[in-house]
Amino acid sequence: MRRGSRWFAALMISPTLLVLVLVVLYPLLAAARESMYVRGEGLDADGFVVEGERFVGVANYAGLVGERFVNAFANTTVFTLATVAVETVLGVAMALVMHGVLRGRGLVRASILIPWAVPTAISGLMWRWVFQADGVANAIIGQKILWTTEGVQAKLAVIIADTWKTAPFIGLLVLAGLQIIPDMVYEAAKVDGASAWQTFWRITLPLVKPALVVAVLFRILQALAMFDLPFVMIGRGKFSVETLSALIWDEATQLRYGPAAAYGIVLIAYVSVIVFVFVRLLGADLLADARSRKERA
Amino acid sequence: MTRPLMLTGALTLALAATAACGGGGGGDQTAAGDGRGPITFTDTQSHEEASRKVIDAWNAAHPDEKVTLDIQPKDADSQRQRLINNAQTKSDAMDVIMLDAVWTAEFAANRWVDELPADTVKADDLLAPTLETAEYRGKLYAMPWLTGTGLLYYRKDLVDKAPTTWAEMKDTCDKVLPKQKGMSCYAGLLDKYEGLTVSFAEAVQSAGGTVLDDSGTPTLETDVAKAGLNFLVDGLKSGLIPKEGITFKEDEVKNALQTGKVLFARSWASLYGTANAPDSPVTGKVDVAPIPGLDGPGSGTLGGANLAISAFSKHKATARDFLAFFTAGEQMKTWATINSTPVARTGLYDDQDLIAKYPYLPSLKEGVLKAKARPVAVKYGDVTSAIQNAVYPALTGEVTPDQALSGLQQQLSGLLKQ
Repeated sequence: MRRGSRWFAALMISPTLLVLVLVVLYPLLAAARESMYVRGEGLDADGFVVEGERFVGVANYAGLVGERFVNAFANTTVFTLATVAVETVLGVAMALVMHGVLRGRGLVRASILIPWAVPTAISGLMWRWVFQADGVANAIIGQKILWTTEGVQAKLAVIIADTWKTAPFIGLLVLAGLQIIPDMVYEAAKVDGASAWQTFWRITLPLVKPALVVAVLFRILQALAMFDLPFVMIGRGKFSVETLSALIWDEATQLRYGPAAAYGIVLIAYVSVIVFVFVRLLGADLLADARSRKERA
Repeated sequence: MTRPLMLTGALTLALAATAACGGGGGGDQTAAGDGRGPITFTDTQSHEEASRKVIDAWNAAHPDEKVTLDIQPKDADSQRQRLINNAQTKSDAMDVIMLDAVWTAEFAANRWVDELPADTVKADDLLAPTLETAEYRGKLYAMPWLTGTGLLYYRKDLVDKAPTTWAEMKDTCDKVLPKQKGMSCYAGLLDKYEGLTVSFAEAVQSAGGTVLDDSGTPTLETDVAKAGLNFLVDGLKSGLIPKEGITFKEDEVKNALQTGKVLFARSWASLYGTANAPDSPVTGKVDVAPIPGLDGPGSGTLGGANLAISAFSKHKATARDFLAFFTAGEQMKTWATINSTPVARTGLYDDQDLIAKYPYLPSLKEGVLKAKARPVAVKYGDVTSAIQNAVYPALTGEVTPDQALSGLQQQLSGLLKQ
């Protein structure tokens, strides 16, 4: 590559870089700085809050071994594993159904996608009614479970509601993947006498994998940042469903920006590690594009 | 590798941004801003119609000092957050602001609102407890405006006389309930939220105790505090309060009363209109009384909201005049005629026009005069969380009332020492 064109390329992407620095790098650095300060602690003799901020180093990170953070961390992890696993299976099933329908295809697709289109806060409210003491859920199972009280049942309620809402998202992306698989591959499999199961495992799944990996990655990112559903549905301050985002929100609400920023930084690190591992294990294809270009060069 | 990392960054950005927005604190105090000119009144959505009517009257008379109504989001958390954001950026976008009764200490201690001259209020005109919610360390920081406390709603078609003690309430239930299908005795605000703090304080006070004594020290390891908590714990255990009672907020309590699931219910004044509305299944069958207690009438928890002047206002002279106008007797009556939220002026509780419209006013006045404010704390959020986290496990039976109270005593002592 000639030197001149390289400079030109840099110039062309500089607005993007500038925006990224402003909206990604700056908040990150500001949060990192904030996580090492406390402010508004203590009152003076007249009862006024002592102003100014104080450098405390990593003291704000001490909360990481606290019961509340560990609980929130565990909840976030459990919600992510459970919802993404269930949603992947259901989402793929939905995609296969949507793909296979011959008549009324639009109607089936639309109806499967409705939950995804409902704003989370609204679906949280709907599910709160479903899981009320005298709600639909208890009427169906004929039990009197208090879903919104602290306990495992509250976690289960959140997982059910989240699955209802976001399985269609995976379904949609997988459907897009399914539609680009050429029919002739299936015809060849049929000629070779492959069973339906073999066709699914050996043809559909490998060919749809790139789309599926992206869908699952998006879902993991979303699930790790889960906030509104437990908040609206079960209620703030219920530790059984308190996620990391909810804990961060609560700390910030109590004007403890230092610890809030510290937990935020930890959440970012956690998300990054999970994504790194995920991409390493499954997502080589995500980078295939970049690699092939490199090879060509 | 860069791409997924960037993705991660973008996604978690919102969090980082939230965490970072605390910047810009500190600095010197604003003393200026004593001018006149247009101001903004920050109020909440449910008051809009009534407040606008009073503002229109002011605006007609003060063309150069017009008041603009700024409507806040409905839920209290977002309202507080928005007010704090405004204060931390020292913005003059808000002049007169509505403060929930429990926020006074926080806003005063942070110098986000101005101290008001003591002669702003005549103590005689106001229900005494409401004035306390507007003060911090003996100084006035807000103008008492709205108030309210718990009322006992009961089915007057089934009960002749409202009970004044918990024992009477239980006796009444023992007599009435066997003839009613699927009806429990009592429902209150017992889900894990602010309502639980209210209910707990109410129970302790109604048994003759207090959460904090006059010097602000927690007094929870006492027999009366235990008797109070036990009213709720034993109530749930014995079925006096239905099991699902621990999922009840205002809406669930309303539904329980309206669908005949409970004989008695504790809620705010706002339920009266709903329960007796023409489309309510129990219309005309619901009456109110002051809440019962251990040995006599109980003592409620004070709700309500006050009006304060932002420390960062540029037109404070106008703001003060408007405050006086808005909370004067005549305007408060106009307001109260449109909105059923109870106001702080004593005189309006004896006003025949208003009593005709809100028959519960005499009961409410009695209730408010006996009511106590929730604990005053600069970090009220921590105090209320501590109470909820201690009381809720006692209600579900995870810990004994004794454990809950001694744990809470310790926690509150630590929190209030600062």
